[in-house]
Amino acid sequence: MSNDVKDYQQQLLQAIQSFNGSASLMEVCGTHTMAIAKSGIRGLLPPNIKLLSGPGCPVCVTSQGDIDAVILMVQQKDLILVTFGDMMRVPGTYSSLQEERSQGADIRVAYSPLDALRVARENPQKEVVFLGIGFETTTPTIAITLEQAVKEGLKNFSVFSLHKVVPPALELIFSDTDIKVDGLICPGHVSAVIGVKPYEILTDKYKKPCVITGFETQDILEGIYMLLQQLKKDEARVEIQYGRVVKPEGNPIARQTMERVFKPAAARWRGLGMIPASGLELREEYAGMDTRLKFGIPEIEELPIKGCACGEVLTGKISPPDCALFGRACTPLKPVGPCMVSHEGSCAAFYRYTPVKGRG
Amino acid sequence: MCLGVPAKVVEKRANDTARVDVNGNQTEINIRLTPEVEPGQYVLVHAGFAMEIIDESIALETMRYLEEMLQYEQ
Amino acid sequence: MTQDRILMAHGSGGLMSQRLIDEVFKQAWQNEIMEPMLDGAILQMPAGRLAMSTDSFVITPLFFPGGDIGKLSICGTVNDLLACGATPLYLSTAFIIEEGLPIAELRLIAESMAKTAREVGVKLVTGDTKVVEKGSCDGVFINTTGIGIIPEGIDYRPPRIQPGDKVIVTGYVGDHGLAILAQREGLTFSTPVVSDCAALYQLEEMVAKYGDAIKCMRDPTRGGLATVLNEIAVQAGIGIRVKEAAIPVAPAVKGACDMLGMDPLYMANEGKMVMFVAAAAARDLLFDLHQLSPTANAAIIGQVDAGPSGLVLIETELGAERILGILEGEHVPRIC
Repeated sequence: MSNDVKDYQQQLLQAIQSFNGSASLMEVCGTHTMAIAKSGIRGLLPPNIKLLSGPGCPVCVTSQGDIDAVILMVQQKDLILVTFGDMMRVPGTYSSLQEERSQGADIRVAYSPLDALRVARENPQKEVVFLGIGFETTTPTIAITLEQAVKEGLKNFSVFSLHKVVPPALELIFSDTDIKVDGLICPGHVSAVIGVKPYEILTDKYKKPCVITGFETQDILEGIYMLLQQLKKDEARVEIQYGRVVKPEGNPIARQTMERVFKPAAARWRGLGMIPASGLELREEYAGMDTRLKFGIPEIEELPIKGCACGEVLTGKISPPDCALFGRACTPLKPVGPCMVSHEGSCAAFYRYTPVKGRG
Repeated sequence: MCLGVPAKVVEKRANDTARVDVNGNQTEINIRLTPEVEPGQYVLVHAGFAMEIIDESIALETMRYLEEMLQYEQ
Repeated sequence: MTQDRILMAHGSGGLMSQRLIDEVFKQAWQNEIMEPMLDGAILQMPAGRLAMSTDSFVITPLFFPGGDIGKLSICGTVNDLLACGATPLYLSTAFIIEEGLPIAELRLIAESMAKTAREVGVKLVTGDTKVVEKGSCDGVFINTTGIGIIPEGIDYRPPRIQPGDKVIVTGYVGDHGLAILAQREGLTFSTPVVSDCAALYQLEEMVAKYGDAIKCMRDPTRGGLATVLNEIAVQAGIGIRVKEAAIPVAPAVKGACDMLGMDPLYMANEGKMVMFVAAAAARDLLFDLHQLSPTANAAIIGQVDAGPSGLVLIETELGAERILGILEGEHVPRIC
């Protein structure tokens, strides 16, 4: 890094550190949680600036009932499950995908949903299920995969959709008077798909500044600085810090692709409960590739975990160390709730990266 | 769900794919979401797909704009 | 031999076993110690302390960019002996071979082991082969056990590490782990990343020259650099502080890891050493390492503190500190 850039970053940091007044800024993206934790910036902020972690980790917000349903499916049916690596360790009520694999279930980690198509082509005698997790960044890629599967006439491929969309959760958070959030660090890659429009309700109705931010340390510094500048001037606009990737109109092709394949449905978010129109299910034309319909997957009730405060952590009401289980009964090695299991859950990020005083 | 990495497009291929280079690693990705991309441009890659074309000039503009703001504050 | 694949009969101890040993292994590994083909090797040992190390190799795929399981089995054990400050002398090898393995592959592996052993200056002196049914192992599993002599006055172990000591890593980290992952997952990287599999026998010179200015060495294999630093911090009861910017990572490795959501600091290395050195000697040692090709990219990445005990802290590009933890569970490609 050149000295000029280093100086610039230090200037941003100093400007942030000398902010007068208090600000609670929330990010709603697991990758932001990680990037912020890895950069160490939290430790450099003064006590009057708080960085909260909202429900941005699609793994974290997957309801336990849904995880149990997936596990039950691999236990009962002879199929190949293909999933993103993030889901392997998430604990259901009694087991996890990692556990099930060690018991003989055919579960494979993929980097791309297209890998699942390859598995389906190579194993025509077996049913292949892709576990669809993710927000608007990832969902278009699964939509394209499904369209490709139809094109190829694959009969042994289906998607178990646990996909969700971010804006309804944001509205819920901002309308909750218990949660004090002064500004939103908007998820850079989700925004690359959805554009600025969905955030306008937050600026117009709730008068909170929103800055669409990238993931490098410099991006985060710039994003926080831009939010604080707006707060200083009593503004509430949607700004794009991550302009090199995000256009105001987002990616219309990605949105259209999602809309062709998926339709909104109510979905259960861990910690937030049922949110209308916040989930995505496959449209009727894709019923043949909808795992839930194909295999008759039942809805499973979510059993609350005693002592687990993931819900409050996810809504930014408490910080990870405030949870009674944090660092004691709940650690990355033996996680209780998804906030600790997921690599980028708030609790995992906090535990891993914050020096000693942050630990339980 | 946001892990994305910048990659340089080396060659466009049939079936909506392109060969890209990430720091010397070459791989094939799907460009259905960025069909207008041309070799030499950079794209953001996520889960085996190009999500957006990256325009570095805007990053520089943002930096200039904020540098001015910082000067003004001092 | 007329067969081109390993059969169960090759493991039964009879004529076919003998032929296998003669025509595959003995051919590749002729030396005066093995020649008598006794039940064990008779070794003339110089006086002094012996170091002994054993390792089993179960890697898939058997052949990868930069090496193969045979080369790895020699380098891995040799490096463990070198880490003790020992001069490696003799290795035993034991094979568990899967029925159906092409004999040509076994030959290549044996030849690779012979070549590596010659380069390093160790002798393969005794061995064993067993054959198991198809499906009971992945092609071949290899165990090597090595012994070496520790020169007088050399005592490399964590409790010798003191606050103020410097931490050196001998080159780029993450190469092996990524090369294997790319190969195994069929990742369509036509990647220039090649395993760093190598035996660092040149370090014997460093041991001779720097003696007890070196406090401890360890090779960062499974779990990567971060895991080894944590192990040593706990065993030595000290704290370690490293600088992110100082840790050598090849740009190609960083790019591929970024794409997969993996961290080079947790990926295996098979040709690197982490060295804890007295501050006064660190600069000179680094200079000497830079003159040798396998350690040309060595770097001082941090130093030892009195505390927090057992913890490894890393300074980020912003100048903030965070914990660099031990690897928990499996390291898998992520999307978040």
